[in-house]
Amino acid sequence: MLRKLAKSLREYKAATIATILCMVVEAAMEVLIPFLINQFGTCVQPGIDLPPNVNGMILYGCLMIGAAAVALVAGMFGGKFCAKASAGFAKNLRRDIFENVQTFSFSNIDRFSPSSLVTRLTTDITNVQMSFMMLIRTAIRSPLMLIFSIIMSFSINTTLPVIFFVTAPVLTFGLIIIATKAMPIFKKLFKKYDAMNESVQENISGMRVVKSYVREDYESQKFSNVSNELCEDFTKAEKILAFNSPIMQICLHGALLAIAFFGSRIILFGNSGLNSFGLQALTTYSLQILMALMMISMIFVMIVMSLESARRIVEVLDEKSDLSNPENPVTEVKNGDISFENVNFKYSEKAEKNALEDVNLNIKSGQTVGIIGGTGSSKTTLVNLISRLYDVTEGSVKVGDVDVRDYDMEVLRKSVAVVLQKNTLFSGTIKENIRWGKEDATDEEIVAACKLAQADEFISQFPDGYDTMIAQGGANVSGGQKQRLCIARAIIGSPKVLILDDSTSAVDMKTDALLRAAFKKAIPETTKIIIAQRVSSVMDADMIVVMDNGRINGVGTHEELLKDNEIYKEVYYSQNKVTDAEGGEE
Amino acid sequence: MAKDLANAKSPVKGGRPPMKRGKGDFKVIGRLLKILFKNYKALLIGVCICLVFSAISGSVAGVFLENIYKQIDNYFTGAMTQHEAWANVITVLIVMLSVYAVGWVANFFLGQLGAVLTQRYLRDLRNDMFDKMQRLPIRYFDRTAHGDIMSIYTNDVDAIRQLISQSIPQLIMTMITLVTLTCIMLYFSVMLWAVVVVGVIAILFVTKKIGGKSAKYFMAQQKSVGKVEGFIEEAMNGQKVIKVFCHEERTLKDFDKTNDELCDVSEKANGFSNMLMPIIHNIGNIMYVVIAFIGCGIYILTEGKGINISFESLFAGNGFVETLTIPVVVAFLGMARQFANQMGQISNQINSVVMAMAGASRVFGLLDEKPEDDNGYVTLVNAKYDENGNLAESKERTGIWAWKHPHSADGSVTYTLLQGDIVLDDVDFGYDENKIVLHNISLYAKPGQKVAFVGATGAGKTTITNLINRFYDIADGKIRYDGININKIKKGDLRRSLGIVLQDVNLFTGTVMDNIRYGKLDATDEECIAAAKLAGADDFITRLPEGYDTELTNNGANLSQGQRQLISIARAAVADPPVMILDEATSSIDTRTEAIVQRGMDKLMEGRTVFVIAHRLSTVRNADVITVLDHGRIIEKGNHEKLLAEKGTYYQLYTGAFELE
Repeated sequence: MLRKLAKSLREYKAATIATILCMVVEAAMEVLIPFLINQFGTCVQPGIDLPPNVNGMILYGCLMIGAAAVALVAGMFGGKFCAKASAGFAKNLRRDIFENVQTFSFSNIDRFSPSSLVTRLTTDITNVQMSFMMLIRTAIRSPLMLIFSIIMSFSINTTLPVIFFVTAPVLTFGLIIIATKAMPIFKKLFKKYDAMNESVQENISGMRVVKSYVREDYESQKFSNVSNELCEDFTKAEKILAFNSPIMQICLHGALLAIAFFGSRIILFGNSGLNSFGLQALTTYSLQILMALMMISMIFVMIVMSLESARRIVEVLDEKSDLSNPENPVTEVKNGDISFENVNFKYSEKAEKNALEDVNLNIKSGQTVGIIGGTGSSKTTLVNLISRLYDVTEGSVKVGDVDVRDYDMEVLRKSVAVVLQKNTLFSGTIKENIRWGKEDATDEEIVAACKLAQADEFISQFPDGYDTMIAQGGANVSGGQKQRLCIARAIIGSPKVLILDDSTSAVDMKTDALLRAAFKKAIPETTKIIIAQRVSSVMDADMIVVMDNGRINGVGTHEELLKDNEIYKEVYYSQNKVTDAEGGEE
Repeated sequence: MAKDLANAKSPVKGGRPPMKRGKGDFKVIGRLLKILFKNYKALLIGVCICLVFSAISGSVAGVFLENIYKQIDNYFTGAMTQHEAWANVITVLIVMLSVYAVGWVANFFLGQLGAVLTQRYLRDLRNDMFDKMQRLPIRYFDRTAHGDIMSIYTNDVDAIRQLISQSIPQLIMTMITLVTLTCIMLYFSVMLWAVVVVGVIAILFVTKKIGGKSAKYFMAQQKSVGKVEGFIEEAMNGQKVIKVFCHEERTLKDFDKTNDELCDVSEKANGFSNMLMPIIHNIGNIMYVVIAFIGCGIYILTEGKGINISFESLFAGNGFVETLTIPVVVAFLGMARQFANQMGQISNQINSVVMAMAGASRVFGLLDEKPEDDNGYVTLVNAKYDENGNLAESKERTGIWAWKHPHSADGSVTYTLLQGDIVLDDVDFGYDENKIVLHNISLYAKPGQKVAFVGATGAGKTTITNLINRFYDIADGKIRYDGININKIKKGDLRRSLGIVLQDVNLFTGTVMDNIRYGKLDATDEECIAAAKLAGADDFITRLPEGYDTELTNNGANLSQGQRQLISIARAAVADPPVMILDEATSSIDTRTEAIVQRGMDKLMEGRTVFVIAHRLSTVRNADVITVLDHGRIIEKGNHEKLLAEKGTYYQLYTGAFELE
């Protein structure tokens, strides 16, 4: 898993290695300084009745300044390289995921929800980036520091460092116990915390309901109950975590006291050449050792926490698109003929039931075809096979008499324009959005497409007309306007086949009718497939397909179906119920 | 609805106006602290005492170490025997241990009290924010991106948590430590302290330079992150569209641009902040060496008679000047290093203080929003007829409701029966004062009548309903409810008398039963089930695995659109108000469910005054009044037959689809 992530380092490998090297140099210098101060001290106070060694003092003094200067430079560059490496790593990782998602087929996309992909691209990457930063800055530095410091303190005195072997385990043990006790509690609490935020979200988006039912006080009460409970729980957990600090202090101060106690004893009663400079050096080492230990335990916790993020990232990186271009693709779609031959389809191999079963259908170029049927009757599934958004499980789908699997996918999709049921616009001007359908479209072409899609009228009412900015997700246009813009975007590329998947549901009836009339007049050659809930949207089609439970239940014109198709009859009468019921009375 | 509004308001660049992004200054921090002082006095005092003890005990180590070094020095210079020196060392160590022990205890309580203080502070802040939010007018929610509001609850509160729980205590601790250290250093040697001062000036200089840059780039990074996240969100949600238009490469190219930009600023921001610590730390190291050099240099060059200026000797009565001793120098080494590291701590907190300031200013922005004002004084009360046949207030639930209307002129109170008679009289309205979107709207609905609104998207259908329940206030004209101007009615009571079923269904986390009961909190299970039966929802609910106890999450994501609609109808039914506003669903629900929903709505309409926003002409036909709207004006009004006979827009709409063939 980590190897997979490391692949995204690429051009930042050098910066990563440079960071580690700088950190090692810095650590070495950092450890060297207390050692030098001890040497320096021995020159100052070589022992009772010995004169100070001035030359030695100058030598060690200069060495110390040199060491500090080197440490400063190394630390600075280490920080710089580290920022470069981690920002670059995150960038590459984000790009790799994004790039891979771009290769996803529809079935790949179905496996990940958009919001989960967003989390992976944002929060998860940030987590991994932070851990990476910690890792290259301290994961090598801290253990080195630990080892160097222990060795150096032994070089100053052979018995005193034993103190570290007592305090270090106490500290490590204490920190680990606290971490393992607190971590699961926090994990649970964060879930609760998320739930609270979700309820706030719910309240915000449901504010009209809250206010209509005058439930403001009720909601406040509900919220404060949750928030109070959370406060209690968090306080408990934080209290456990708050043990960290006194434990660290006890260990650190304990070590200091012990060094002072035993050190003074050795100096006063032993004859070891140790003096107060040596004690100073040892206290510095004890500080460094305990700090290093704390860092190591922090890295440990951090890595454990980000492992889950890393796993989720790799999961996306590992996902391979299950559709690919054929070897010698056909690069032209002849016409808008469509045929389904004995098509069976299921969404995944494991699925028990076919989503489409035994579908045979022939559509001639230029025909208008309506598809109608209840939810779950696989209407969308049927049309998604035409532009090869999914591959059939059995049988074949042909466009222009060629199996869709033999086309170059880009060519096929440019010729078969789909207006998806869940459609989105992107931030940018209206013009830019329409140009998605044809990159080099002229302004005239855009206006023509919008006129055809019955969108020109409202667009020209905007102060900025076609240069009006669409907000993220198309939030500043109404549902009906959005649908018409999406239609304009689809037809501008003059496709051979146009598929409207319930794309006029928010458009009013009049406009809907105008739209269909315009299609008939302006793009007669294009095969038009319309999925709709309203019978009125399809009743004038050349052919209507009634879907039920993944099968074709009936095919025919409005009149034919009204005569002999039960489902169609039911739908038709339920939608025109009032008319007929009253009609009878009149 | 929100979309309608945004659309009606202004399809301008960038859509909704972005939320005020307060820059944040120290005033904001002051306000945060004020709350702290006001509401948590006892806790705060406790925390402060612990802070002081903990900080001082941590910084006085130098004094004791100097003392120990002195004892050792005494032995080296032969002033004491080793046993005398040892005895002194032990005494010092015992004092040192007790001082530390006080520090440990203080530190322990600091942690415990701090946890309580922080969490209570955050809880109260959240509760205040939420309470406040409930009081805000709908306008606020229509104008502010919901993500922005959410981010106040998550990111901004988190930034404040960081400030309260870490930055402020750390800064106080550091300040106390620095002051204590300065005192101790001055006490021992003014001269060596001067060296430290030079170092401190260098640290301040570097912090200001680099820290300032880092803060600048952190802000830029924050912005860039927002941009990248926005891009990602859009792309991931529109991935299928990208696919269908073969737009993958273009999208990737655009992504690279924002992504590279983020990488760039992030590298700079982190680069500067990463540099700061090592620089400060090593300036500390250099200080350490220089002190050793100068101190020992003086000591040796003057053969142990080096000059030191210190308060120690002054206090001891030996004058301001004495000899500089090795123990003083060695003790200084540790203190100088500690001083530098504490300065580093300050610079470490800069970024989080800056973030907290920005966050706090947004929190206060929300808390300072103007709440929905309500000058209504007419209230809705339970009523009964007294022996004279007059309406009078009743304490029990009678099933009869009346408007209680106090008249300030003569102090009398009149009661008007709640019936559901609504009149709009020449109403003008604009979301912006200077942009009127509804003109001269006049219509009336007698109790029990059904009024339908027909018209293109954006014609103002939804807007009218927003005025009746006073989500928005009219600019001109009058709306009367049972003859009372709705401006006089308390908003809560007005809304209680109106039911509403919205196009976009919002359900809440909880069971199906809870969601239905939302309409009337004291409804019994039987009442809720009866309402569900009326709405036609009982059928599918009982088929759910847990029935009425099925937990709904994520706005009822586990239900179909039609099922959610049915629950919202049941919710309105249990509230049983005399007036209903129904916004028919346009979103695609399959025809069978749609028929059930329609039946539910029809049932709900029986015996009530109803305003229907119609999307299907079939539901309009039996309305008592059909109102055809166009660009905020009523262009036709009348019943089905009348409008057909007029052969106007309605006639075209009704017959249009067929004519166009």
